[in-house]
Order: sequence, then structure tokens, then C-alpha cells
Amino acid sequence: MTITRRANQLLLITAALLMAGAAAAQTVIYEKSRVSCVSRQMNVPVEAVFRKFTAQIAFDPARAETSKAQIEIDVGSFDLDNAEANDEARSKPWFDARGFPKATFVSTSIKALGGGRFEARGPLTIKGKTLEVVTPFTYRNEARGAVVEGAFSVKRLQYNIGEGVWKDTEAVADEVQIRYRLVLGAGTAATPPAKK
Amino acid sequence: MNTPALHAPRYEATAVTLHWLVFALIAGGFALALYMTGLPLSPLKLKYYSWHKWIGVTVFLFALARLAWRLRHAAPPLPAATPAWQRNAASASHVLLYVLILVIPLSGWLYSSAAGVPTVYFGLLQLPDLVTRDKALAEPLKTVHVTMNYSLLVLVVVHAAAAFKHHFIDRDDVLIRMLPFAKPRK
Repeated sequence: MTITRRANQLLLITAALLMAGAAAAQTVIYEKSRVSCVSRQMNVPVEAVFRKFTAQIAFDPARAETSKAQIEIDVGSFDLDNAEANDEARSKPWFDARGFPKATFVSTSIKALGGGRFEARGPLTIKGKTLEVVTPFTYRNEARGAVVEGAFSVKRLQYNIGEGVWKDTEAVADEVQIRYRLVLGAGTAATPPAKK
Repeated sequence: MNTPALHAPRYEATAVTLHWLVFALIAGGFALALYMTGLPLSPLKLKYYSWHKWIGVTVFLFALARLAWRLRHAAPPLPAATPAWQRNAASASHVLLYVLILVIPLSGWLYSSAAGVPTVYFGLLQLPDLVTRDKALAEPLKTVHVTMNYSLLVLVVVHAAAAFKHHFIDRDDVLIRMLPFAKPRK
């Protein structure tokens, strides 16, 4: 037992040392941050916002490769400014928010592309299905804080989002753009935001 | 001024065509709206909304064409015996009809923008959003759009009733001159 405990302590120390070498976690200013998706309905772009999400960002533009990003989106917080559409989005054919309440992205690699542009790669899980995605993003310092902003596209049908009659891609296109803007506080986060 | 159109017994083909084209589009768009708004959300409902908006944009374009034509061509004169109040009522209702067929599509466009669903004409040409997305603005704009449509319905009924009155009671050519194929009496 003591051996395992000691091994655990060692692991923790090693992890702490490794963390020290990696970029430090930053506070996310949620009131200024935003995650949304743009779908095309009859070729009409319609943007819906995810009101609830948590993110753990440890990003250092000078050491992009040691940076980490993890984001967890509450899919039930999908908001299209329309109660009927919101209910529909939470229903089984779409996000099935009851069965799969969270969509997650965890970065496995981040690299600098130059000129304030970066690229993150990692698994994106929605509705219980995991697919590798690559997203370009920019990082810039503004008065309100450091801003991480990017977008990438996914094919909704690969995640079984919009089943049954909604498979009709003429009504709602397969390609959906996911946009995010994360505003990071100047200070580093002592503890990452509590998970819900 | 040499304006033969002024004394033409009937409306010119352009005016007649545009009149009935706009009528057909409005009737279709109106009926579609009554039907689609009650449907549960489905791919078909999204399509109907888009079609409704395309009809609206088309009505607006044809309405502009009608207005441009009307400003360059006087309407055929009313029968000489028409009392002054009827002449006034006719021109007032015609002005109001023109206003509504132009303003109703605009109100729909504004409502769409405020609701966050832009209008993409025929799925090809995206119209700019005249107002930013704002739920608090979308609600009153919807009311304006719906109310003006019912006002138009009332006005169209009055307009048609007046035409029938001319045709069946006065037995003059006022309706016939706007019909595409009918020949004047006498």
C-alpha cells in the first residue's frame, strides 16, 4: 500500500514538474467568450450559440507545442433565439441532449503557423461519436484580454446529428461551421474551472 | 403632351400582366404563410419559409416595376358619371395597395434579419441584413408584418368588391379593362 502511495506521490510530483514546463492554465472570461455553430438551412446561414461551456486553456504563443486546450460544451444550451428550434435541437434526432449532454474537444497537438496563427488538432466528441478535427485559430492580445479565435467545419451526419427526416441536406446542409472566441484573463488560473 | 395612354379604354398589356402576376404571387405567398406557420418544425417547413421569402422578394421587385410603369402611364379614365367620393376612394385605395405591396415584403425582410435568419433569394443571393439580430425587435416586426398582411387582405376584398360592383351593378368596363382577355362591352 505504501509503495503505491509513494508511487502516486512520485507521479504527482512528476506531473507538477511537467506542468511547470508546459504553458500555465489561464482563466477564461466566460461573459466575453462565445461558442457557436453556423448551419445552412436552404442555403441560409443560421447561427446558434452554446450558452454553457467550460474550457481549460493553457496556451503560450511562444511555446505552442506545449500548450493545451480542452473544451466541454453543454449541447442542451444550444440557442437559436427560437424555443421550437431549441427544443428540436435537444431532441433525439439532433443532439440527444439527455443521452449525450456534453460535446468535448481535447487538443492532442498545437502548432504555430506564424503571424499569430496556430493550429490545434484533437478528438471532437459529439453525441458519443469521436472524430479527429483540425482547427486553425488566431491568438492576439487585446484590452479585454488575450483572444483565442477560430472556426472549423464538421459534417453533422458523421456525428448522426439530424437523423430521420433531417438527413435531408437540402433543408439543412451537412457541413456545419463551429466558431469559438475565448477571452483569457491576464492572470493564470490557480485551479481550472470546476466541471459541471 | 401626346400621351395616347391617357385616353386608352383599357389598361395596357404590361399593366394587366403585372397586376395579375402580383396578385397570384401575393395570394400564393399569403396561403403558404397561413399553412406553414402552423406546421411543426421539419425540413419541409424550412423549405416553405424559404419559398415564402422568395415570393416576397419577387412581389417587391414586380411591385417596383408596377410603380415605375404607373408613374409613367396614367390609368384609363373612370366613367364620366363616377361621383367624386368614389374617385377619391379609388385613388386612395390604389395608393394604399401600392404602399402595402412594397412595404409588406420589406417588413418580412426586416423581421427575418431581426430573427437571425437571413433571406437568400432562390438560395443563391443573400440579401444584406438591414437590422442586426435582435429578438426584442423580431417580435414587434412579426406583428407589423402579420397586421399589414391582414390589412392588405381587407383592402383587396374592398378592391375586388368595387370591381364587381362596377361590373354587375353599374355594368361598365372598369373591371373588364383590367381583365387579360375580356373585350369591352357595347
